[in-house]
Amino acid sequence: MLSQALQFFFSGLTSGAIYALAAIGFTIIYNSSGVINFAQGEFIMVGGVVAVMLTDAGVPLPLAIAIAVAVAGIVGLLLEKLAIEPAGNAEVVTLIIITIGASIFIQGVVQVVFGKGQRALPPFTGDKPILFGSASLLPQSLWMIGTGALIVLMLAWFFGRTRLGKAVLATAHNRLAAQLVGINTRHVLAVSFVLSALVGGVAGVVSAPITLTSYDTGIMVGLKGFVAATLGGLGSGAGAVVGGLILGLMEALVAGYVSSAYKDAVPFVLIILILFFMPRGLFGERVTERV
Amino acid sequence: MTGVNEPLLEIERLCTHYGRIQALREVSLAVPRGSLVALVGANGAGKTTLLRTISGVQEASGGAIRFAGADITRLRSHARVQLGIAQVPEGRQMFGPMSVEDNLFLGAYTRTRAQGESAIERVYAMFPVLKERRAQPAGTLSGGQQQMLSIGRALMAEPRLLLLDEPSMGLAPQLVAEIFSTVVELARSGTTMLLVEQNAYAALSIADFGYVLETGRTVISGRGRELLADERVKQAYLGM
Ligand SMILES: Nc1ncnc2c1ncn2[C@@H]1O[C@H](COP(=O)(O)OP(=O)(O)O)[C@@H](O)[C@H]1O
Ligand SMILES: [Mg+2]
Repeated sequence: MLSQALQFFFSGLTSGAIYALAAIGFTIIYNSSGVINFAQGEFIMVGGVVAVMLTDAGVPLPLAIAIAVAVAGIVGLLLEKLAIEPAGNAEVVTLIIITIGASIFIQGVVQVVFGKGQRALPPFTGDKPILFGSASLLPQSLWMIGTGALIVLMLAWFFGRTRLGKAVLATAHNRLAAQLVGINTRHVLAVSFVLSALVGGVAGVVSAPITLTSYDTGIMVGLKGFVAATLGGLGSGAGAVVGGLILGLMEALVAGYVSSAYKDAVPFVLIILILFFMPRGLFGERVTERV
Repeated sequence: MTGVNEPLLEIERLCTHYGRIQALREVSLAVPRGSLVALVGANGAGKTTLLRTISGVQEASGGAIRFAGADITRLRSHARVQLGIAQVPEGRQMFGPMSVEDNLFLGAYTRTRAQGESAIERVYAMFPVLKERRAQPAGTLSGGQQQMLSIGRALMAEPRLLLLDEPSMGLAPQLVAEIFSTVVELARSGTTMLLVEQNAYAALSIADFGYVLETGRTVISGRGRELLADERVKQAYLGM
């Protein structure tokens, strides 16, 4: 009984870590531009796909991982430079539609290069389950949870301690003031796309051994990341993490106690409930206390 | 080589549009080095628009802005800050959730860490209350403290030209006096300033030069004291 619950908890935490990373990606771009980047899932997919292709071609796993994450970052940069920046001062809605187009385009390219099949990355450190009583945890799950936690810490450091991180935050809080203190806000936008693509790439790489990867894996994980970000309150970093974990745990509970057939319905039911009952999410901005 | 007597900031027939609405109509003005120039005018006259255009956060649709002899009309805002133009914007514009100290250091974003460290000591000496509250989120400060923070943040850039947009707005009379004495202090120490105010009397009394802006045009200009005595200014802006 208890070990069954523990098993669901492990499984929820594992997928929750990925949803949290996806949600963080949404949050970073949303904060710096107001744009909901529907290509966020594609960053995750690209990370997984590139890592699989490289290892299949004989590239050692650590190198393949590094290159895959870098490629995801480059995709983020290209998205900003080639699609978002040329749109200039377009409305946010226009930019969101651009990201949807970019998402379809990226899927198309990957479909051509990678094929339509599903492939898995080898687990980083074997696949011998670690036992906790009668509950078990795959080593790759630990990689996913640990990497998720590490990324969160690194981002906390970046936004809390570095000059560039603070400039990104400042731009999110007040774009006009950011311009007036000499922050190049266009540069900040590029930084936030690259950062969120890197986070996505990492998420894609660490999850690829468990979730498998194909040209269309980004759609679902992107949607779930969006739901997680909304649940946490769009724009809140802590909210993204909590929202991701809650979503992962709820899915695991529904899959375990009801039926795994309903698992993917959880985010959709959840988003409807959020929009109806707490559109600001858990950590969303209260009405601002502007004087 | 640029002449020493040439104004630090020179604006020539500057036009700015918001879509089809024209907010500035061929505004010309000059801010000589080391002077305090006041720009007064009613609500909606275009004062904020002028400062936004000087800082480059609003595009000019015509005319020219020259700073220290160089044409900066098409320069992006961050490059203008680098050249030494800082602004205390209307409505203070804090980075609300960030600490007072973060807000200040962001003011020195275009400068080195060491320059920021020495600038912040000066700002703290000027506004000791900011030092007391340095760890507090800027959004939790009182209106007067936020105004000091906004001024302090602009000073962190150690600007060659300081633009101030209604720094006294919404403050209690005692705080207004405090802000104005800060401006006078800065002027005495040689800071070149363009001060926008609705409080025409206070602004013109401390200014070397003044301009009156009316529906996007500079309609009157002259020495600060002379403007105070000008019949048109008295009637329209000083309520006399
Ligand atoms: N963002 C904007 N969009 C359209 N019109 C604007 C905008 N900002 C200001 N205006 C208009 O431009 C004119 C000048 O405004 P502003 O520069 O704010 O005046 P002031 O600072 O002197 O009160 C006003 O008629 C105002 O309605
Ligand atoms: Mg104004």
